[in-house]
Amino acid sequence: MQGTLTRRRFSQAILAFAALATVPLRVFARNDEAFKAVNTDEAMKALFGDKPMTVDDSFEFKVPDIAEDGSIVPVTVSTEMEGVKSISLLVDANPNPLSARFHFMPGAVPEFKTRIKMGESSDVRAVIETADALYVSTKNVKVTLGGCGG
Amino acid sequence: MNRREFIHLLLQGAAVAGTGAYAGSLAASTRAFYDLEAFGSARILHMTDSHAQLNPIYFREPNVNIGLGEALGRWPHVVGRNLLKELGNISARDAHAFTYLDFVQAAEKFGRVGGFAHLKTLVDQLRGEVSDGSSLLLDGGDTWQGSGTALWTRGRDMVEATNLLGVDIMTGHWEFTYHEDEILENIEAFNGEFLAHNTYATEDALFDGVPVYDEDTGHVFKPYTMRDLKGRRVAVVGQAFPYTPIANPKRFIPNWTFGIRDEELSRLVDTIRAEEKPDAVILLSHNGMDVDLKLASRVSGIDFILGGHTHDGMPRPIEVENSGGKTVVTNAGSNGKFLAVLDLEFGASGVSGYRYKLLPVFSDLIAPNPAMQAHIDAVRAPHREILEEELAVADSLLYRRGNFNGSFDQLIVDGMRQELDAQIALSPGFRWGTTVMPGEAITMDRLLDQTCMTYPETYVREMSGAELRTVLESVADNLFNADPYYQQGGDMVRTGGFNYRLDPLAAMGSRVSDMTLANGKRMQDNASYKVAGWATVGSQSTGEPVWEVVARYLRSQKTVRIDRLESPTLMNVDSNPGLADYRGGFA
Repeated sequence: MQGTLTRRRFSQAILAFAALATVPLRVFARNDEAFKAVNTDEAMKALFGDKPMTVDDSFEFKVPDIAEDGSIVPVTVSTEMEGVKSISLLVDANPNPLSARFHFMPGAVPEFKTRIKMGESSDVRAVIETADALYVSTKNVKVTLGGCGG
Repeated sequence: MNRREFIHLLLQGAAVAGTGAYAGSLAASTRAFYDLEAFGSARILHMTDSHAQLNPIYFREPNVNIGLGEALGRWPHVVGRNLLKELGNISARDAHAFTYLDFVQAAEKFGRVGGFAHLKTLVDQLRGEVSDGSSLLLDGGDTWQGSGTALWTRGRDMVEATNLLGVDIMTGHWEFTYHEDEILENIEAFNGEFLAHNTYATEDALFDGVPVYDEDTGHVFKPYTMRDLKGRRVAVVGQAFPYTPIANPKRFIPNWTFGIRDEELSRLVDTIRAEEKPDAVILLSHNGMDVDLKLASRVSGIDFILGGHTHDGMPRPIEVENSGGKTVVTNAGSNGKFLAVLDLEFGASGVSGYRYKLLPVFSDLIAPNPAMQAHIDAVRAPHREILEEELAVADSLLYRRGNFNGSFDQLIVDGMRQELDAQIALSPGFRWGTTVMPGEAITMDRLLDQTCMTYPETYVREMSGAELRTVLESVADNLFNADPYYQQGGDMVRTGGFNYRLDPLAAMGSRVSDMTLANGKRMQDNASYKVAGWATVGSQSTGEPVWEVVARYLRSQKTVRIDRLESPTLMNVDSNPGLADYRGGFA
């Protein structure tokens, strides 16, 4: 098999390239700090410093009102905003609120679907970062014991 | 003799056959009761939440149905005399249908309600009054569960009953407590259409190639249908119960995912309006009344939401304003007790007028349809010995419906505590379950009305006071959350062996206090208690079905009298119009 590029090796190569091409090292350090933060304020500060944030419910931010399974809560974010650099998801009540951060290359369509893990009912925030502004939308997701439906 | 004459004869037969003190008034009142003046050019009949009650039963409406926030004082959260005041001048018969007042006396006078053979006669009469092809019969679901025969035939007896009844369109909730393949087979055997715009296959399941209605969208069922009623195009969209995998076991339907999905609904309605050019758009909903009212305020373009799930016999609809005009929201009760009649009048651009009547189905006023009766007798025949066993005699009225313990719930938790040797018992706050009159036998039929489902296994385990509090808090939030989108539509979990203090207005996690054992001892968070329960949603419990446990208890009791209800001491709701004759007391 010598000389052939396996699928796994190919993926590894792509990832390495992507990382080098797009993310400066200081971002890694900043992300690391943000993902380790134990409350939303700390995580926000690590991500964005003191940049002001605007409440914006005009972009699509879809979560269930009540989660069918707290360990895999589906989230969709999509926006037509120009120049989106990143979108972050934070779950206030999780031990480490920052659940995910997506970086977008110039020209990339700023939308994604993912699943986040939630230990209990909580506000969930989606933060869109452009070159000069931050926009946040907040939704409450209930994680319940279930049962007893009429 | 045409169909209409035949039905008229049946109705007259019923009146004449009803002998005794009220026979005279019955003949006159039958006509008045079910004869509707002609109105409009299309007739939509709506039934919901029959819970497989093939035969006539008694059903007591709640004296506790608390509404908070926007729902405070808004129907259906107005009970008893408070409701009568708002209804104005109605007959004693209607007052009995819509309230719990003087239940025993009134039920003795007016008799049982519902029954599919009676419903069939009434449906045929109401459809016969309008021209062929200008009516529809819609069923909001919770049809395949609630009786022994429904469980043992995996809902098929009810599929056949709805076929005989002529149901054109249905959606579901407890239907999803059978297995996916059984549900799909039942739908295959159903002559009408099963609709749900808010049921999708999960992404993993789509990848695995599970059967779906639409591969591209992932819809498991057809989302909507167009029906031509004498040249008028009526769109019906199905809205299944949004929280099935949370309120009921996900393990039966692992590949399906739900949700209210009002944004998708809004887009779907816009598409239907643009492409199908309908004269009317109807949402056949299993959301529950309060969820439907909120949805109606957020989604425009729907003319009528015909709702179910919360078992609210809404005497009149509520009109909700939204950005596109208004949406009319209804709820049609449960257990076969009501049949809703929506008559539509059309103008140049869609619906120009409507008339809505929620007709109580009084079995004594209606002759049973022979073909339906034959079906009911046939499905029951192999099981009659089990179903008709008289387990004990009721010495007081036994009912369930209401936010807290009903007397039949109290019987169930008492029975579980004794038979399973447990200090505490928990029983779910389901809204189905019929009523047993004082002096009546408690048959296995009646016990199964309260307990029959696909996950009836009991458990006995140690729980800490803190765990029990968490259960109460969690269920209380499903009932009293200020935002109806976070409610699941059940009532409060029923408790046996302990009681508590409840502040429905408080925030999640701080509604419950003062948990106290039946012996008066205060419960401790870190103490351990032996708890019996049933209907576990997570994984299957290992104990015998709850009806076996309670049947054993009843056989040992011979007669049962419930004088004490373990329902909580309530705070901050003593003047709530959704509460009357409350026996749990106030703090």
